This record gives sequence, C-alpha cells and structure tokens, in this order.
Amino acid sequence: MTAIPVQHYLIVAAALFSIGLAISVTKRHFIGILLGIELMLNAVNINLVAFSRHDPERLGGQLFALFVIVVAAAEVTVALAIILRVYGRFKTVDPDKVSELKK
Amino acid sequence: MEAAAFYGFSILAILSALFILFTKNLIYAAFALFLAFLGVAALYVLAGADFLGVAQVMIYVGGVLVLLIFGIMLTQKGDKSPDPSKPNSIEVLIKREIWGFLLGIGFFLFLLKVIFISDFRMTGDSISSKSTIKTIGVELMTSHLLPFEIAAILLLVALIGAAYLATNRNPTS
Repeated sequence: MTAIPVQHYLIVAAALFSIGLAISVTKRHFIGILLGIELMLNAVNINLVAFSRHDPERLGGQLFALFVIVVAAAEVTVALAIILRVYGRFKTVDPDKVSELKK
Repeated sequence: MEAAAFYGFSILAILSALFILFTKNLIYAAFALFLAFLGVAALYVLAGADFLGVAQVMIYVGGVLVLLIFGIMLTQKGDKSPDPSKPNSIEVLIKREIWGFLLGIGFFLFLLKVIFISDFRMTGDSISSKSTIKTIGVELMTSHLLPFEIAAILLLVALIGAAYLATNRNPTS
C-alpha cells in the first residue's frame, strides 16, 4: 500500500495549493476567488490524508480532513449568500469595483 | 499499477487546476474544478481514505459545485461594454496576472524546497487495506465528540445565516 512515498503526495498538494493561490489572486470575479479557495482547502486535505496513512489506529489526519470539509461547505454557502447580496446591491462581481460600504 | 493510477490522477487534478487558472469562462472553470475534485478524491482513495473519498465526491461534487454553478449563473451579466472612463483597465489586468503567477510559482518553489530539505521519518505502521469507516465512526463518537457537535452547530449557524443573508428584505428595491 505504501509504494508511493509521502513526498509525492506533498508535491502534488503543493502544486494544487500554489495554483489555487494564483487563481485567487488572478480572477476578477468573486466566484473565481471562491474556486481558488476551495482548491487550496483540498490541497491541504491531501497533506492530512497522506500523513494519516501512517496512523491507522486513530486516523487523526482523516478526521481533521473531515472537519475541514465541513467548514469548507459552511464557508461556501455563507460566501455565496454574501456574493448574491453584493451583486443585488452593486450589480457587479468585480471585487475591485466594490470598494465602499454604503452606496 | 498503483503508481500509474496515482500519477494519472495527480496529472488530472493539476491540469484541471491549471485550466481553471487560464480560462476566462467561469462555467468552464467550475466544470474543470469538478475534474480536479474527482482527481483529489481518487488520491484520497489511493492514500487509504475510502470514506473520505466518498465524502469528497458527495459534498464537493454534489453540493459545493452545484452551489457554485448556481452562483455563477445568478450573477451573470450581459455582454459587458468596455468602460470608457477607465482606460487603464487592461494594464491593471495584466499586472494582476503577472503578480498572481509570480506569487504562485514562488510559493510553489518555496514549498518544494521545504519538502525536499525535510526528512520525514514515519514510525507508525502503514495503513492496512481494511476499511476506515469503523475507525472514523468510533473516533468521532468517542474522542472527537466535542468537535463533532461543534461542527453540527456550525452547519446549523451557516444554514440560518445563509438563508437570512440571501433573503431579499427590501422587496421594493
């Protein structure tokens, strides 16, 4: 089962995390930023699961990854609700154009 | 065989993520994120986390991505006319992309350096091929009971908060 060393998992996770970071910085759309954040959370989960391979009795990494998934699901619902409210008020999805608290 | 599956799904996930980075269409980006999530779920299964792989497919692909696609469709505008009052918008766009790529590549190189100079000594036994569902269930109900309940309350709060935020409280506007 452990034919693949843990470093390969870490390298894949690092690549996904960096791409997610670049997506979050580059996109000019609120939902594009959310896509990047989801990708970063998944990359971190890969790290946790890869290290949890060596802890088969307690599986602490997998439990942590499960809670990360729960928090990510809660985060994306609230973020989407906020995005819809902002879109209803400002009629834009560009974060650069939403620079005032009250219109 | 396992190595081939690992590298295949890794390449799938990374290529999908790069497609999200380079595409201009957010719907395409959402569907590429679907492929990336499937690749990550396959990596979970290859790392011995079968329950987590299934949960990943159910929560992310079945819930989060549908929500994101709803959000993209609800905030779509018509064809955008170029804004004449901001002649520098193109330049700002390119500058932001350059900084984004530089930040991503620099952070990736930093993480690679950290991974290569660190020396991991795994002491525990590697995971056996039996299912992890029993262990996760027992751990959730015994030693992780408080985080489990807090996660339940968090989900309830997020549900109420999202419903409250998304409601249009001023129907005349």
